[in-house]
Amino acid sequence: MKMIVAIIKPFKLDDVREALSEAGMTGITVTEVKGFGRQKGHTELYRGAEYVVDFLPKVKIEIAVIDERVDAVVDAVRKAANTGRIGDGKIFVYNLDQVVRIRTGEVDGDAL
Amino acid sequence: MKRWFYGLPALFAAGAASAQETPTLSAGDTAWMLTATALVLFMTIPGLALFYGGLVRAKNVLSVLMQCFAITALVTVVWVLYGYSMTFSTTGMEQGVVNLHSFIGAFDKAMFAGMARDALVYAIPESVFATFQLTFAIITVALIVGAIAERMRFSALLLFSLLWVTFVYFPMAHMVWSGNGGLLWDWGVLDFAGGTVVHINAGVAALVACLVLGKRKGFPTTAMPPHNLTYTVIGASMLWVGWFGFNAGSAVAANGSAGMAMLVTQIATAAGALGWMLIEWIVHKKPSVLGLASGAVAGLVAITPASGTAGPGGALVIGFVAGVVCYFAATRLKRALGYDDSLDVFGVHAVGGIIGAVLTGVFADASLGGAGLVEGQTIIGQVWVQIKSVLFTVVYSGVLTYVILKLVSLVVTLRVDSDEETEGLDLALHDERGYNL
Repeated sequence: MKMIVAIIKPFKLDDVREALSEAGMTGITVTEVKGFGRQKGHTELYRGAEYVVDFLPKVKIEIAVIDERVDAVVDAVRKAANTGRIGDGKIFVYNLDQVVRIRTGEVDGDAL
Repeated sequence: MKRWFYGLPALFAAGAASAQETPTLSAGDTAWMLTATALVLFMTIPGLALFYGGLVRAKNVLSVLMQCFAITALVTVVWVLYGYSMTFSTTGMEQGVVNLHSFIGAFDKAMFAGMARDALVYAIPESVFATFQLTFAIITVALIVGAIAERMRFSALLLFSLLWVTFVYFPMAHMVWSGNGGLLWDWGVLDFAGGTVVHINAGVAALVACLVLGKRKGFPTTAMPPHNLTYTVIGASMLWVGWFGFNAGSAVAANGSAGMAMLVTQIATAAGALGWMLIEWIVHKKPSVLGLASGAVAGLVAITPASGTAGPGGALVIGFVAGVVCYFAATRLKRALGYDDSLDVFGVHAVGGIIGAVLTGVFADASLGGAGLVEGQTIIGQVWVQIKSVLFTVVYSGVLTYVILKLVSLVVTLRVDSDEETEGLDLALHDERGYNL
């Protein structure tokens, strides 16, 4: 099993969610986060005082999948979140040791 | 404030700025002044409170709202006790004679002593006149809050406000507005609605206060962006609307002077807003909403002393010049001198007030569309009177503010401590938060 973590542009969240539904995913977790990469920040100016804002708002999506689905999910996220411009984000894939469904106690593949 | 619309030689000769000449009540005047009084109170709460509240960081928003609100309550009580009397008692005043009462009123009207229910000032009840004037005292003190925001201890601010309104505002208002025998009144200063009394007075006090208190922790290296410019724009808009009460109400009548004051106020505000927006657009390549709103306030400030005498053309010039010059004062001047006037009270109110006060002398002349100068007075002569009055106000307010702050600091610490400043005044001083989202 793998945990797929994607950092994307906030306004792309709906597209990504739709693409994941089409790819058969039934659950994701979303968090609003801030960070910077190559896109860097922007400047703000208030009465002559200039502030450089380094951290930009992004959305973090976490998706737990069985190994066979990894490529399809990564592909779906990549296509849906792509605008072709700097700042589209990144996808990270980790190994996932165990999954438990709290209600039933099912584990791993059955719990996903 | 009242001499120019009543500008009759007979009234000058008659003396006191009181009710004797107009013994009957005008329902129209009274209706307007009741309305104007409510408008001016609305300028402080919620107008100025929101204007300032939006400009500070989220952790200090309540402290600013609280300071404005508490000042409103405090000054009201002081006004009843002795403020009205110290400001508007004419006892012992004599035209052309400089004595104690040229500077400060007597205490014979303390607790509104002897004010009958049907007592009149001009053609309105004295109760309405007293309440209207009270709202000016309130906003003048509240304006100073912007300079000491995010770091002054609440108890110190209250004590400072009590002493400042007593020893700085009441005397200044008395000297300019109480009538024949008042120091600046006798000089012939033109200050219809409070360029010297309100804006230069508060603006200079603000500069002194922020210098005595010192910079906010981290200024100017740490980012301190406004937390909610939406509030600020709403507050500025309320100030614009409320200011019709301030300026047109200063006619103390529903007449042509009030009407013209309303028109020139609208014009100068618009010109100030566009002036600041344009200069910022040129210098920084982008126009900003904060600039637009700040420019409007600069225009309002500058037209205040001139609103009873300037014509529409004068208002355009006064507003535009204020918008442009205040932009440089709030950005370049502050940066160059390095003081931390958190919300630019000096840059907007003192600088805008001085521009307005001086240009009032120019645009009062009939040849420039104004209401006309006193017979025998020239533009140069009037401008000199204006400059002299500005200098007097700067020195008086500056010195007294400094002394008062030093006295207050003997009783209470002026600033919150470093940890409290980091935590934010809302939690540190009031155990509350502005936002529980």
